[in-house]
Amino acid sequence: MTDNNVTNILMAGVGGQGTLLASEILSEVLMQAGYDVKKAEVHGMAQRGGSVVSHVRFGKKVFSSIIPEGEVDVLFGFELLETYRYLPLVKELGAVVVNNLKIAPPSVALGKRDYPTDVAAKLKELVANVHVVDGLQLAEQAGNSRTVNTVLLGALSNTLEPTHEQWIAAIKSLVPERFLDVNLKAFELGRQVC
Amino acid sequence: MQKTILSGNEAFARAAYEAGVTVASAYPGTPSTEILENITQYERIDASWAPNEKVALEVGIGASIGGARTIVTMKHVGVNVAADPLFTFSYTGVRGGMVLVVADDPEMHSSQDEQDSRHYARFAKVPMFEPADSQEALDFTRLAFEVSEQFDAPIMVRSTTRISHSKSIVELGEPLMELPETGLVRDPSKFVMLPGNARIRHPLVEKRLEEMSEWACTQGFNRIEAGDGKLGIITSGVAYQYAREVFPDADILKLGLVYPLPKQMIRDFAARFDTLYVIEELDPFIEEQVKAMGINVIGKEKVPICGELSPGRLRQAFDLNPPNLPPIKEDLPPRPPNMCPGCPHRGVFHALNRLKAYVTGDIGCYTLGFMPPLSAMDTCICMGASIGNATGLSKVLNEEDRKKVVAVIGDSTFLHTGINGLMDMVYNKSTATVLILDNSTTGMTGRQDNPSTGFTLDGQLADQVDLEALCRALGVKHVETVDPAQMDTTRKVIKEAMERPEVSVVITRRPCVLIKHENVVEDLPPLYVKTDKCVACKACLTIGCPAIEWETGKDGSKGNCKVDRLLCNGCQVCMQLCKFDAFGVCDD
Repeated sequence: MTDNNVTNILMAGVGGQGTLLASEILSEVLMQAGYDVKKAEVHGMAQRGGSVVSHVRFGKKVFSSIIPEGEVDVLFGFELLETYRYLPLVKELGAVVVNNLKIAPPSVALGKRDYPTDVAAKLKELVANVHVVDGLQLAEQAGNSRTVNTVLLGALSNTLEPTHEQWIAAIKSLVPERFLDVNLKAFELGRQVC
Repeated sequence: MQKTILSGNEAFARAAYEAGVTVASAYPGTPSTEILENITQYERIDASWAPNEKVALEVGIGASIGGARTIVTMKHVGVNVAADPLFTFSYTGVRGGMVLVVADDPEMHSSQDEQDSRHYARFAKVPMFEPADSQEALDFTRLAFEVSEQFDAPIMVRSTTRISHSKSIVELGEPLMELPETGLVRDPSKFVMLPGNARIRHPLVEKRLEEMSEWACTQGFNRIEAGDGKLGIITSGVAYQYAREVFPDADILKLGLVYPLPKQMIRDFAARFDTLYVIEELDPFIEEQVKAMGINVIGKEKVPICGELSPGRLRQAFDLNPPNLPPIKEDLPPRPPNMCPGCPHRGVFHALNRLKAYVTGDIGCYTLGFMPPLSAMDTCICMGASIGNATGLSKVLNEEDRKKVVAVIGDSTFLHTGINGLMDMVYNKSTATVLILDNSTTGMTGRQDNPSTGFTLDGQLADQVDLEALCRALGVKHVETVDPAQMDTTRKVIKEAMERPEVSVVITRRPCVLIKHENVVEDLPPLYVKTDKCVACKACLTIGCPAIEWETGKDGSKGNCKVDRLLCNGCQVCMQLCKFDAFGVCDD
């Protein structure tokens, strides 16, 4: 029953990449657009460079804040390996928006394991609807390499119902004043991607 | 009323404000930490970090005796520390309403065990509410203050990681305008729990629970949601959300008060169903009590007892349409948490590894010293246990092995409960070595202040505990302080301490790179690898810094290490390990 009217977005990344702020902005804009919204994430260990996921669910009425396996509509990835890791949770006709960035986990940095090759190509093989975004490049173009999360939100924004104005309002309410301009620029650059 | 999105923890904080709380105390612990951090925004509340949970609760009890409404927060394992005053506070009851918010961590996302705090409610005979989302976190907690005063009892509110760290839409309430009056009221028969008085209080505690059980049958926080009448479910907390998700047509008795249970309400509900499930996270707490009432229910035969529930796990437990997951055949490298680039603990663990120490560990960022390649931790039990563990271990070892035993503990953890262990060490003539890893903050939970950092919860200047003087005052004769970024000195001083047949304390002091306060951490330029000098010996990889990555050689070349300059913070620990002068400092 709920499957039909709840949309599920799973954000995956590495601790420190700003997934938390991105999911805050996303939840805020969805609430402003009139949906019931729930969001779940795990703090603590994840802040120390570990694997991070944030669940965002919205619809008329949302119960669980965790997305059931196999029901992710959009997998929103901040890093290639972490996106690939959570791919099994995506539903058959789901979409992937992924940042074209590799961050080596400890075993890879130590030369003991290999980072999986051609992740973007593998994602495209398994899911029809994949958008690869050069987040870091666009963030630098916006003027700050730390705005990758906002670039990616821009890329995601086109696929969702809230209006451009609602997105801008949500960013304004959550991004600190001194970083606002560069984040708004990053959002617009991301919005042009897909 | 204003609608906003709040996490459970933000909602608990808001509830305290709305209910007229004026005193709040806690020790940080994931997933409870943000409750107090959010309370600081409400100026009328005196909020502070205590050195441990027992002290936090004792502060709360004192404020309640003074007539104030008080909130105390902690994680599940913190209740173990606070259990002593909690059990007796249940007997005395309150003056001002007092709520203890306990955040459990099913799945152990960042905890050493999975204990279910509902047992503490029953064990200590303290009533307990359990919210299922942020709105209920606000409503139940606010209500709990009234209930506390109405029934003369401290009240526990149980959260779990998925309540504390989930966000959902909340309608805010009006804050209480008139605060409860505070002042001294002498009532020794109520507040002095010597046997004669306590014997009189115990029957009152039992009567209170019986009265609450009846009262709870008619209160809105326990409610029945009608379904198609075929299947009944009793549930509470976040498990309610998963039950609704997986069984949309079931009739649900949702319990808001999980202790004491509304017995008559449960009997009436149960009588209507042939099949009745109890869906609860972790232990069969409700299930066993319902079964003890003579009602047949299905619970842990199906629902897992270990780990966190989720809609997916519930579906699996009940064999309901499992999703077709597209398989990834590759075995992907895991991404565990790691000490940050520039972390001051890295040099310490490198030294311990090289000295082949047997390390009794403790709870904090430094627990990550367990991870390869540092691999320098052999035990980890609970906050403060490292020192006592070292004492016990060295009692049973021969002289040679005894020298290898080193306890490591952080500044905050030492003040939490480690200090008692050190007192015992000196008193009972232990020979072990204690390292206090002082990074000037409570790192793992998100950089909170503590009595040794010089700041309070709201960032005001505070007097600092002098750790060296404190250790000496406990009777430790050998107290030395080193900068753990100085690799050779650190190793030498630890080695000397290990050799010494007396208690020795080495304080390794260097601030956490993520510290909140300005001008504490030096802004150093990043390093780079001179590829012509790197001989691919990989010595620098032995510190496991996330900023250093091994680059495999292409077409038969040797390969070399490289530094990610965005991550590197210039601590130069790697440089000290390189015998070939292959690291340079970026000068741009």
